[in-house]
Amino acid sequence: MSNNWIEACPADEIEEEDVIRFDHGGRTFAIYRSADDEYFATDGLCTHEQVHLADGLVMDDIIECPKHNGRFNYKTGEAKSAPVCVNLQTYPVKLEGGKVFVQLD
Amino acid sequence: MPAGMLIVGAGECGARAALTLRDQNYDGPVTLVGDESHFPYERPPLSKDAIVSEREPLPKFVGDRQHFIDRKIECVTSTRAIAIDRASRSVALANGSTLRYDKLLLATGAAPRRLSLPGAEGSRCAYLRTYDDALRVRRALGSGCHVAILGGGFIGLELAASARKRGAVVTVIEALPRILTRGVPEEIARVIDARHRAEDVEIACGRSVLTLREDSTGIEVGLSDGSSVTADLLIIGIGAVPVTDLAQGAGLAMENGIAVDEQLQTSDLDIYAAGDCCSFPLAIYGSRRVRLECWRNAQDQGVLAARNMLGAGEKVSAVPWFWSDQYDLTLQIAGLPDGGTRIVRRDVSDGAFILFHLQDDGRLMAASGIGSGNVVAKDIRLAEMLIAKRAMPEPAALAQPQVKLKSLLAA
Repeated sequence: MSNNWIEACPADEIEEEDVIRFDHGGRTFAIYRSADDEYFATDGLCTHEQVHLADGLVMDDIIECPKHNGRFNYKTGEAKSAPVCVNLQTYPVKLEGGKVFVQLD
Repeated sequence: MPAGMLIVGAGECGARAALTLRDQNYDGPVTLVGDESHFPYERPPLSKDAIVSEREPLPKFVGDRQHFIDRKIECVTSTRAIAIDRASRSVALANGSTLRYDKLLLATGAAPRRLSLPGAEGSRCAYLRTYDDALRVRRALGSGCHVAILGGGFIGLELAASARKRGAVVTVIEALPRILTRGVPEEIARVIDARHRAEDVEIACGRSVLTLREDSTGIEVGLSDGSSVTADLLIIGIGAVPVTDLAQGAGLAMENGIAVDEQLQTSDLDIYAAGDCCSFPLAIYGSRRVRLECWRNAQDQGVLAARNMLGAGEKVSAVPWFWSDQYDLTLQIAGLPDGGTRIVRRDVSDGAFILFHLQDDGRLMAASGIGSGNVVAKDIRLAEMLIAKRAMPEPAALAQPQVKLKSLLAA
């Protein structure tokens, strides 16, 4: 297990039940804050086409792609509805000193 | 042994229906019949990525090809269905075989409306519906070649943007006084019009085509104002017509396509229709009968039809939703804008904006937005939910970008 924790953003930069885009090392990620104030991270692009999920809508546990409305559970990465059929990669997240850290592989 | 589920039309709608039957654990035979040689693929990229991508693309398949194999969905390609025998519940195919069914889904889609002028089927005229059509347009385009596009609708304008990216000189000819007359508010059409002109696309509105003359050097398009446009290629994008010959031959009820009820059932209880080929009553708009030509509707109705073929008895409840990409601009529309009598504008950022279309009684009927990338997507999606709830949001709140639409949804 790597120990590759990367600082992504201040915790209050993400509104409740919302998502932002985070780019690092030539890759793009999506960082989520749930309605009950937990943080999560996934790959930033939809597995259907190359669309940034951070422009999509977060409702409950679901992130919906802004282009074709494919849905994922952003907590588990599970693909929930067409057109997506490939799960989303998720990453561990921790909060420290009011900042969000993501563990990248 | 059941005769099984037969789906005619292997586009987005038919393919989604087939996959859904298996998702619902139906274990009888599922057969998908299509007249194209390709495995079911997505059509939206055909006017965009398929034209501009550096290398000639493969079709983007619906789901994963392996899914169809693993789930024992039989795909019959390159084969037209020619007749339905309702009494024996069977469909005759052009290859001479006959397939029986317990339930039949017609997902036959739409076909480009043909231009009825001498010369409109010539070698320098092209239509766009299939992957093969897209390859043909793609191969004909090149830097410096001149493309005339007939029709300032979505197909025409998306192709205009793609052709510009390929370095072609582009002229769009539209018979009506402005582009995108059907379904797009003028304020948004103006943004798209200005963007095309900024990209050096010539747009000629209010002119129709009277003559076509083709020779080895090009095609001359004679217009109603006496002028003419000479091009290497004429792309004709003047709308689509539902493909209904099979249904009509079987005596099914017709009304702007195959007439279905809110469960997508035709006038024959064992036959369903879904997607571009059918018109259906839309409950959220007082059961106004509509026929939609868009990807999400094809997908949603494919899923719904499959569920109802298995007895779910569910009604169409989706709010129409549509998008178009041209250059970096994305247009998204939820609902039917012509259902509104009053427009409230919300400025989002960097010139992006959303128009909310309200009825006299304050009910939100539609929202249409335009902006760079997916900047309006989240709000259009929330507007779609408000429309589905038949919400009557405060116009002042809609106009204020600081007021979150999510907060209106909870109200």
